[in-house]
Amino acid sequence: MTTSYAGNVAYAVPSAIPSAILPEPLLRAESTAGKFLLMFAAVAIFAIVFGLILFLASLFKGRRGEQAQGALFAAPVVLLLAVGLLYPALLTIQQSLRGRKGDGAYGFSNYAEIFTQPELLTVIRNTAIWVLLVPFLATAVGLLYAILIDRARGEAFAKALIFLPMAISMVGASIIWKFVYQYKQTERPQIGLLNQVLKSLGFETQQFLLDAPRNTIMLIIVMVWIQAGFAMTVLSAAIKAIPDDIIEAARLDGVSGFRMFRYITLPSIRAAVVVVLTTIGIATLKVFDIVRTMTAGQFETSVVANEFYNQSFRYDAQGLGAALAVLLFVLVIPIVVYNIVQMRKEA
Amino acid sequence: MSTLQPAATPESLPTESGETVTGSRVGRGKGATSKAAGALGSRWASLVAVLIAVLWTTPTLGLLVTSFRSARDINTSGWWTVFTDPSGLTLDNYRQALEPGAQSSFTQYLINTVVITIPAVLLPIFLASLAAYAFAWMPFPGRDALFVAVFALQIVPLQIALIPLLDIYTNKLGFGQSYWSVWLSHTIFALPLATFLIHNFMRELPGELMEAARVDGAGHVTIFFKILLPLLTPALAAFGIFQFLWVWNDLLVSLVFLSGPEYAPITVRVAELSGSRGSAWYLLSAGAFISMVVPVVVFLSLQRFFVRGLLAGGLKG
Repeated sequence: MTTSYAGNVAYAVPSAIPSAILPEPLLRAESTAGKFLLMFAAVAIFAIVFGLILFLASLFKGRRGEQAQGALFAAPVVLLLAVGLLYPALLTIQQSLRGRKGDGAYGFSNYAEIFTQPELLTVIRNTAIWVLLVPFLATAVGLLYAILIDRARGEAFAKALIFLPMAISMVGASIIWKFVYQYKQTERPQIGLLNQVLKSLGFETQQFLLDAPRNTIMLIIVMVWIQAGFAMTVLSAAIKAIPDDIIEAARLDGVSGFRMFRYITLPSIRAAVVVVLTTIGIATLKVFDIVRTMTAGQFETSVVANEFYNQSFRYDAQGLGAALAVLLFVLVIPIVVYNIVQMRKEA
Repeated sequence: MSTLQPAATPESLPTESGETVTGSRVGRGKGATSKAAGALGSRWASLVAVLIAVLWTTPTLGLLVTSFRSARDINTSGWWTVFTDPSGLTLDNYRQALEPGAQSSFTQYLINTVVITIPAVLLPIFLASLAAYAFAWMPFPGRDALFVAVFALQIVPLQIALIPLLDIYTNKLGFGQSYWSVWLSHTIFALPLATFLIHNFMRELPGELMEAARVDGAGHVTIFFKILLPLLTPALAAFGIFQFLWVWNDLLVSLVFLSGPEYAPITVRVAELSGSRGSAWYLLSAGAFISMVVPVVVFLSLQRFFVRGLLAGGLKG
């Protein structure tokens, strides 16, 4: 596989790409050893830059020098963010205002299209379903599980079981669930677990990923499966932080079971619940990998983040794609504001 | 909450277990019914907990078992039949998936993932800890405004920067298809969270520590290396694991900047196979697990730091 690509790049001529700021050997490598060498070289370059900053900083002396040192320490981060995040974001906003391809006359046509074209309206609807369902379902499961296993035997192991989906990629999770949903005709032997369950119960097997709008729910289950572990971990820590004497006092007053949860546990962990809901909400808004891997947004399952990718890279509609990216940013803001308002109230 | 035998639970606090024992000794008569009700409740609780745990692990188990079955078996019978007829389990799928040079091999992609991940974890740690130190302990003009700006950039979805970045890499810097595009992108996208997290940990350190070092004539560079870095190891580890999992598992950034076996990571390859050869389960299952092994091992062995980072507010999307 490696050899078939060798020779495509002119190694002998370092200036193969005149505009490259790095010489060719530091830019690309084909062999495994070359790749690792390149990696070490990159880390070394970064370390040298890092050392250079520190060396320069140590040259400054005195009161004014101290201020210069501070500015120098912060400079790489500030510069990288300005050039690599802020400036591109502004360019994207500009592009979103310049027609379908992003290079025409200024106007709001892309935004108008998002909210009028039927396919894009489906995308908006799907995104709304995701953001409404995933945070609440994941938090509910995570909270229930955290309460059930609190101080139980083998708690650490029980937690790891739910937590593990967080460690794997969303691509991996999608493959796992795609197999669960795998379809075969009812009379044939089943290989997908869910259809086997349906068949055993006497139902017809289903094409879970093809039939809208149910297929969106099927994708949402994957995200809930991933995020429940996060909810459980944070909420479990919050539950453990409730002072023992509060619980003890409530217990002496005869409070237990569901009332204990409703009047003692839940109010005590309210802040953590808000953080979990909003964090999962933001993650859900940006969900891309699951949709991309399981359906690629076909069969009416696309969401904003996936449509952004499709429009920008597959349909060559960079302006529309940019508008979708801006929409994503705009949708994040109310969730963040809600989070901040709730935190202020708490403090 | 479901614990009824505190003595048998290693996690339960000694005071609490003492409490419970006395409680049951005092109210032996009327305690019997409530105790029975509690036992019932805890049995239901355990049942529900086990049910959730089974629901959460079975899908993974299914694909794991599948990855050890032959292509023919996978498509003709369910993976659960293995438990009644365990014959025919094989390592062939993994052999195919890892064989160097083969068309179906994931090896090159796995190497790409490693090469992408290591610098993309180290670089933001370097840069963010420097900046966090400046923001936390070094006065300079405009410091607070800059810090708020860095903090606020956390909410910017990376999608909004991708296409202009691609343009900058290709047309201005001449990186085109190279690791540099992803190294830099992952670093940039990580910086707001990294700076914020590490800054928070730094602010928690006592200021007298720095003062004392200054009085002794230590410069900022010395303080940074000799005093702060050792104290910050847990914070850096916490962020490091986040970033590691994020970069290793990333699809979008690599999909935009890289393609082909020369540079693309394993996630891109698995996602691509899922689209083009959606029924090649023998390959997909093995590939998926090959991509999962490293993050799962890292995660399980460093879980402590991960949870700590999580609770400090570190989750980005």
